[in-house]
Amino acid sequence: MTTIDRPVLPKLVGARIKRREDPRLIQGRATYVDDIKLPGMLHMAFKRSDIAHGRIASIDTSAAEEMPGVELVITGARLAEFLGPMPIGTPFPSPDHHSIATDTVRYQGEPVAVVVATDRYLARDAADAIVVAFEPLPAVVDVEKAMQAQPTTIHAAFENNLAVPYVPGGTGVDAVAGTVDNSAIDKAFADAEVVISQRMVNHRLAPNAMEPRGVVAHYEPGKDYMTIWSSTQNPHILKTFIALMNGMGDHQVRAIAPEVGGGFGCKINIYGEEYTATALSKKLGVPIKWIEDRSEAFMATTHGRDILCYIDVAAKRDGKVLGVKMKLIADIGAYNMLLTAAIPTLTMLMCNGTYDIPAIRVELTEVFTNKMPTDAYRGAGRPEATYFLERAMDMLARELKMDPAELRRINFIQPDQFPYATQMGAVYDSGDYEKALDMGLSLANWNGLKAEQERMRADGRVVGLGLAFYVEVCGLGPSSSLPTGGWEHAGVTIERGGKITATTGSSPHGQGNETTFAQMLGDQFGVPIEDVTILHGDTGVVKQGIGTFGSRSQAVGGTVLALAGDKVKTKMAKFAAAMMDAAEEDLVFENGQIYVKGSPGTGKSFAEVAAYAYVPVPLPPGLEPGLSDEAFWEPENNTYPFGCHIAMLEIDRDTGEPKLLKMIAIDDCGNVINPMIVEGQVHGGLAQGIGQALIEEVVYDEDGQLITGSFMDYAMPRATDFPRFEMDRTTTPTPVNPLGAKGVGEAGTLGSTPCIVNAAVDALSPYGVKHIDMMLRPEKLWRIINEGAQA
Amino acid sequence: MSDTVPVRISVNGKMREAEVEPRLLLVHFLRENLGLTGTHVGCDTSQCGACTVHLDGSSAKSCTVFAVQADGSKVTTIEGVANGDNLHRVQEGFWEEHGLQCGYCTPGMIMSAINLLGENAQPTELEIREGISGNLCRCTGYQHIVNAVQHAAGQRG
Repeated sequence: MTTIDRPVLPKLVGARIKRREDPRLIQGRATYVDDIKLPGMLHMAFKRSDIAHGRIASIDTSAAEEMPGVELVITGARLAEFLGPMPIGTPFPSPDHHSIATDTVRYQGEPVAVVVATDRYLARDAADAIVVAFEPLPAVVDVEKAMQAQPTTIHAAFENNLAVPYVPGGTGVDAVAGTVDNSAIDKAFADAEVVISQRMVNHRLAPNAMEPRGVVAHYEPGKDYMTIWSSTQNPHILKTFIALMNGMGDHQVRAIAPEVGGGFGCKINIYGEEYTATALSKKLGVPIKWIEDRSEAFMATTHGRDILCYIDVAAKRDGKVLGVKMKLIADIGAYNMLLTAAIPTLTMLMCNGTYDIPAIRVELTEVFTNKMPTDAYRGAGRPEATYFLERAMDMLARELKMDPAELRRINFIQPDQFPYATQMGAVYDSGDYEKALDMGLSLANWNGLKAEQERMRADGRVVGLGLAFYVEVCGLGPSSSLPTGGWEHAGVTIERGGKITATTGSSPHGQGNETTFAQMLGDQFGVPIEDVTILHGDTGVVKQGIGTFGSRSQAVGGTVLALAGDKVKTKMAKFAAAMMDAAEEDLVFENGQIYVKGSPGTGKSFAEVAAYAYVPVPLPPGLEPGLSDEAFWEPENNTYPFGCHIAMLEIDRDTGEPKLLKMIAIDDCGNVINPMIVEGQVHGGLAQGIGQALIEEVVYDEDGQLITGSFMDYAMPRATDFPRFEMDRTTTPTPVNPLGAKGVGEAGTLGSTPCIVNAAVDALSPYGVKHIDMMLRPEKLWRIINEGAQA
Repeated sequence: MSDTVPVRISVNGKMREAEVEPRLLLVHFLRENLGLTGTHVGCDTSQCGACTVHLDGSSAKSCTVFAVQADGSKVTTIEGVANGDNLHRVQEGFWEEHGLQCGYCTPGMIMSAINLLGENAQPTELEIREGISGNLCRCTGYQHIVNAVQHAAGQRG
C-alpha cells in the first residue's frame, strides 16, 4: 500500500506550459546541421548559372581542380552518369530535372558544377574559379506570354510551356468520367443582378526560414550504409528518396533532422543538393557537408504562391452570391519539385471559402517559366484561394454598398449544414462562422473603428478598414489526399524506472511538439511533464513517419500519439490489476499513482508497476513482459479551421507608405493543447501574411534575373512593421479526430493578406480605386493619391 | 590564401589565440575554431542579425567583422551570458514569454536585447521594436519577443 505524498498534479492539456525545447535554444546549446562536424568531413560548394535560360557550351574546371585541397570537381553531365533525374511526389507529367544541369539551365541559380574540398572557404574559391560559357536563350518570365510559347518554350515536350494544361473543377465536373456540365454555373450568371470581374495576382514570395538549408551526408563503405543530416521537415520521406536515388534500400539509410531552424514549407522538398551530397559521399567514401548561403536560398530554395486569377462573382442585389468563376494560372517556375504541381490544386479545393454558393467553376492551368520552381509555402495554395475570394467579396460589398461583414454573414454556410460538401469536393468537418465573425467585430469594435475612420478622414488622413474570413484545409491526410501517405506514426515506451519515452513521426522545426506532446502524455498517464521525453526527427529512432506540414502535427501526429499511449496504458493497467488484485477497468492513473477508482489514497506508484512489467514474477496469464507499443493512424477526412481577420491601415499622404494601425485575428483551430504555442503560431502566420500584403515580393526582371536576391532587396518584416496583434479564439472541435484539434500553423497567413488589401482599397476608395494588386509599394499608393494614377 | 595572422581574442572571459586567414570572419572563428556554435549565420549581407555578439561591450554582427579586426578585443557570445546554471534575465524572459519557436535567430536576438536593456533599462514597446529591428525572426511575428524583453525589464507581471 502506497499513499500519495505530493499534491494533485495540475492538468497539463490546455495550460500555458513553458516550452521544454527552450533551455537549449536560449543558451546556444542546440545542434543545427551546420553545427555537425565529422572526422574527415569535406565541404561542398556549387557553381550556379548566372543566366536564366541557356545552353551550356563549355565548362572549364581546370583552375578549380588545380587548387590544393580540392578533392573533386564534377559537372552535371558527369554526375548524371551515376545520379538520375529527381523524382517528384505528384502524379503530373514532368520534364527531367537533374540535381546539376546537364546541358541547359532554366533558372538563374541552377547548379552547373560542384566542388568538394577540405575547407568551406576553399570550396567556394574553387567554385568561383570554374568558367562556364553559355549560349543564352530568351527568358520566359511573363506567365501569360509563356502560355503562348513567347518568347520560347522551356521544355520541348511541354507545348506552350503548359505543365498542367487544363484542370476543371467545381459544380458539374465529373473528374472520373471526364465530363463538364456548365448548366448550373451558366444559370447562376444568367440570373445575376450584379457581376464582379477582376484580374488579381497573388505574387511570388521567398519562404526565408532563418536557418538556410544544409546537409551532411555520410556514407560508410564498410557498412554500405548512409546517414544524412538535413534541415528538413520530413526525415522519413527524405530517407526513402535518398535511398531510391542512390540505388540503396531504405533499410540502408538513416535520415536525421537535427534542430531545424524553420521550414514554412520550403523544407518539405528533397533538393538536388541533398542528392548530390549523398551521391558524392558514396563515391568518395567520406562525409560531405553543404550549407546554403542566403543568396543561394533566394535563388535556389523553392518559392511560394505566384498564382494569377481571373475571378467573376455573380450575385443578387441583396448580396446573395449565386456563382463564382475562377480561372487560375500558376507560374510554377522552371521545373516540378516534390509537390509543386499539387499546391495550386489546394487553391482550387478551397475556392468555395466559407460560403454557401450554388455554383462554382474553377479552371486551373500551371505554366513553366524561367524562375525558381514554386512549392509549398506556409498556407500552400489556401492563402491564394482565400485572397481571390475575399477580395472579390469585398468588391461585391462595395458595389452593393453593403457592410463587408454583413455580406459575408448572409452567405455563410450555417452551423447545421456541417458536414458540408462544397462545390469543390471538400467536406468541411465543422464550423460556426458567424460566431467567429461576431467575436471579431466585437474585439475590433467594428462600428467604433468606422467612426474613427470617418474622424481621421475628416482630418485629411487616408485610412481604410478591411475584413476577411477564411477557411483552410489542415490535418492532412487521409492517404487518398496525400501521395506520401496521409497517416502518422508514434511509439510510446514506459521505461523500467517509470519514465516515458515517446517517438513521433511529426518532425518539428519550431512548433513545440516536445512540449505539447509531453503535455498530452503527462495527462494520459497521470505523471509530471518532466517524466516524459519526446523523440523525433531521426529515422534510426522513430520507426516511421510522414512529417510536419499542412498544419497536421497536432491533428494527426497528436492523435496517433494518444492512440499509441492508449495501447500501452491498457497493458500497464493489466499489470497493475494483477499486482493489486483489482479489475483493470476500475483503475485510475493520476498523480504518479495507479489506484482503484474511489480510493485515491491507495494503490501502486507508476514506477512500481513499470518495474513489475519488466521483471514480471509472476507473469500474469496472457501478458508479454514490457511496456512499449506503437500505432499508425490516418484520419478519414481533413480538418477545416477558420477565422476572421480585421485590419486598419493608414497610407501616408506624403510618402505613400502604408502603416498597419490595427490587426485583429479570431482563429478557430478546434481544441487547444497549449494556448501560448497556438498564439505564437498565429502571430508568425500573421507576420507572413502581412509581409506579403505590404512589403515582400520576389521579383525577376524581363531577362529572368532575380532582382530580390538578398535581404538588402527582399523586404523581410521586422519588429517595427507590426502593431500589437489583438487576438481571440472560438473553439469548434473537429469530429475527425478524438482530440478535436484542427491545426493552426498556417492560419495566420490566410485572412491577414486579403484583409489588409481590402483595407488599402477602402482607404483609396475616395480616389476611385476598386482593386489594387499587392504588394502595396509606397510609390504605387502615392501616385494614386497624388497623381490620380489607376491602381 | 594560406598566409595567416596571429590573433588574441578574449571570448567569454577566456583568452583565445590562433593563427587565422586574414579573411576569416569572426563568426566563423567562433563557430569553427572555438566550437561556439550558438552564434548562427542567417545571411550574407549583414541584415539578419543571427550572428550578433557583444564586441567590447556592445552589439556587433560577427559576420561583418574579420577575426583579425577583433584582435585584442573582448567578445561575449550567447554561451557566455548565463551565470553558470543561472540564466540571464533576458534568457528567462524569452523562455517565460515564448519568445522563440525554431530558435535559430534567438541567440542573436537575445544578444541584441541585452544590449538594448543595457542602454535603456525601461524601454517603451516602440523602443524595444526599434532596438531589435536589426534582427530578423521568421517564426514569431515579434510580439512574444517584445513581451520577452518587457519581461526582462520587469514590465510584465
